[in-house]
Amino acid sequence: MSYQVDEKGFYGEFGGAFIPELLYPNIEELQENYLAIEKSPEFQEEFHQLLKDYVGRPTPLFLAKRLSAKYGAEIWLKREDLCHTGAHKVNNTIGQILLAEKLGKKRIIAETGAGQHGVATATVCALKGLECIIYMGEKDIERQAPNVARMKMLGATVRPATSGSKTLKDATNEAMRDWINNPEDTHYIIGSVVGPHPYPDMVARYQSVISEEIKKQMDGLPDYVIACVGGGSNAMGAFYHFLDDKEVKLIGVEAAGLGVDTEKTAATLTLGTPGVLHASRSIMMQDKDGQVLEPHSISAGLDYPGIGPAHAWLKVSERAQYMAVTDAAALEAAVEVSRLEGIIPALETAHAFSVLKDLDLKPTDRVVINLSGRGDKDMNTYMEELNLNAL
Amino acid sequence: MNNKLTELLKNKPQNLLNIFYTAGYPQLEDTTTLLTALEIAKVDLVEIGIPFSDPLADGPTIQESSKIALENGMSIEKLFSQLENHTPKVPVLLMGYLNPVMQYGLEAFCKRCSEVGVDGLIVPDLPMYIYETEFKEVFEKYNISNIFLVTPQTSEKRIREIDANSNGFIYAVSSASTTGSKTDFSAAADYLGKLKEMDLKTPILTGFNIKNQQNFQDACNYVDGAIIGSEFIRQITDVDDIAKATANFVSSIK
Repeated sequence: MSYQVDEKGFYGEFGGAFIPELLYPNIEELQENYLAIEKSPEFQEEFHQLLKDYVGRPTPLFLAKRLSAKYGAEIWLKREDLCHTGAHKVNNTIGQILLAEKLGKKRIIAETGAGQHGVATATVCALKGLECIIYMGEKDIERQAPNVARMKMLGATVRPATSGSKTLKDATNEAMRDWINNPEDTHYIIGSVVGPHPYPDMVARYQSVISEEIKKQMDGLPDYVIACVGGGSNAMGAFYHFLDDKEVKLIGVEAAGLGVDTEKTAATLTLGTPGVLHASRSIMMQDKDGQVLEPHSISAGLDYPGIGPAHAWLKVSERAQYMAVTDAAALEAAVEVSRLEGIIPALETAHAFSVLKDLDLKPTDRVVINLSGRGDKDMNTYMEELNLNAL
Repeated sequence: MNNKLTELLKNKPQNLLNIFYTAGYPQLEDTTTLLTALEIAKVDLVEIGIPFSDPLADGPTIQESSKIALENGMSIEKLFSQLENHTPKVPVLLMGYLNPVMQYGLEAFCKRCSEVGVDGLIVPDLPMYIYETEFKEVFEKYNISNIFLVTPQTSEKRIREIDANSNGFIYAVSSASTTGSKTDFSAAADYLGKLKEMDLKTPILTGFNIKNQQNFQDACNYVDGAIIGSEFIRQITDVDDIAKATANFVSSIK
C-alpha cells in the first residue's frame, strides 16, 4: 500500500485541492513547479546549507536516561526544540521561502496557532528581505504573547483573526482570503501538512529531514516513533522515512482538551468524520449539518478541528495509531520531562510524552519521541496553570 | 422537472439582475419573505446562500450574515422546508460550500433541490474535475445547472473549458477578490471586455463588485447581467421592513 500522495493529490480517499476558482492559478502554479524546484541542484544546495548553518541541523538524537528508567524502555528524544526559532516549523519555512523566491513572489502570508510557524515565517522573510503578514487568532495572540512580540521584532505584521473561535482555523480562513485578494505577488506559507494539494506533500517533504536524520542517527530501526498532532507536520516529518518500515509503530497524539467525551476537545481523528476543510478532504470535527466545530486545547498549536489528509489515510489504513491526551495530562507530562531531563517542552510536545505511561513497553523497546518544540513560548500558561508565581 | 434557469436563458436575454442573500438572515423566517419581495420587484434570478461556518470565498458582509443565520438556526433541511412552502416563480440558485452539501448527501441534496424548485447550484469550492468525475451525473439526473466561476486570472484555455462544461451561466468575478471587498468597478472593464470578445456559448453574469445602478449598467454593457450580494445584504440589515427595503433597492437598480 502506498502512503504517498498520488498524481491527483490524494492519499487514498483523502486530500485533493477543493479550492475556489479564485485560487486555481496559484495552486496550479505550485502543483506544476514544487517538485521540479525541490529537485533542482540549486534548491537542494541552498536548502541543506541553510538547514545546517542557519537552523543548526542535524538536531541531536538524545538518550533520555531518567525517562528511560522510569518507563522501562530506551527513550530517545529528537531535539527539534534546538532548531533556530525553537521548533521544527522552520524546516518547512526554509523550504517554502526558497520556493517563493524561485517563483518570483514578493509578499509572504502565513497563519499561525501557537506562533511558532509565524515566528519561523517572519524569520525566513527577514533572512530574504520579503514582506511578511501573519494571521493569528485573537485568542492565540493573548495566550502566546512572547511569540507575537518576536514576530513584530522580526519585522512582520501580525493581523488578528476575529471570527469564529478566534484560533488557528480562523487564522487559516483569513490567510486564504488574503491570498484570494492578492493572487499574483503573494505566496502563502502554510505551516502544516494541511490545505490543498500540493501543500500536504510539499510540507511533508520539507519536514521529512527529521526522520531522515533519525534513521542515520540510530543503529537500526526504532520500535516506536511518537509525535504530537495538530495539523500534523512534525509527526509527518518524524514518520516519513519509516512509513514503509512496517515493524516501526507510529503513534500520533492529539489534544483531547478537557476530554474526548466533552465538547471542549480537539481530538479530530478520535471524534471526527470525513469532510472538506481548508480545501482538502480529510477527517474533521463537524456537526450533523457539516458546520465546523470550534475546538479546544490548552495548546494553541493543537487547537484545530481538522488534520492533514495523510494522517487521515494513515489512520484509516491502520498504518499509524492515534491517541488523545487531555490538557491536564499534558501539563503533568510537561512537568515530568522538565524535572527528569532538564528540558521544558512546548505544550504541544508535552502531549506526545504523556502516552508513555499508556504503552506496553518492554526493556528492549526503543522509543523515539519527536521533541517538536521548546516551552519558552508557553511560560505564561505554565505559570498560570502550575501556579509558578507563588513563592 | 422544468429548469427555470435554462428556460430564462434560452432567448438570450440581457440586463439580467440576480440578487443574492443569505438564507435565515436577518431572521430565520426571512428567507421566503425576501424571495417574495424579490419576485414582486421583478428581479430575473435569485441566489440564496446556504450559511457555512467557514466561508472562505466571502468577504466580511456575507461572513457576518452567515454567522447570524447559523445562530438563528439555519440549516439545509430548514431551507428546504422553507422553500417547500413557497414554490419560486423566478429561477432560484443555491450557493453553498461543499462540506455541508456532502454531509447532507449529494444525491439527497440534488433531489430535494429539484423538489422545491431550485434550478442551479454554485459551489465555490467544488473544482471542475471533481464536478465532472463525481457530481455531474447526479446534477444532470435532477436537471440542475452547475454554475462555474471565472476570474481575471483564469486562462483563456480554462475559460473555454468551463464554457464547454456549463449549462447555465458563467459567474465572472469582476475583480480577483473576496465578495464585496473592493470599491472600484472600472478596473473590471478591461476584463469583461475580453470575456465579451471571446464570444462564449454560455451567458455571463458578473458579480462581487456591483453596488448601484451605474455599476449595473456598466456591467451590462459587456455581459448579460450582474449579481448583487454584499450591497443587498447591507440594504436589508438593521431595517424595519425588509420587503420595503428590497423593493426600494431593486427599483433603484433596474
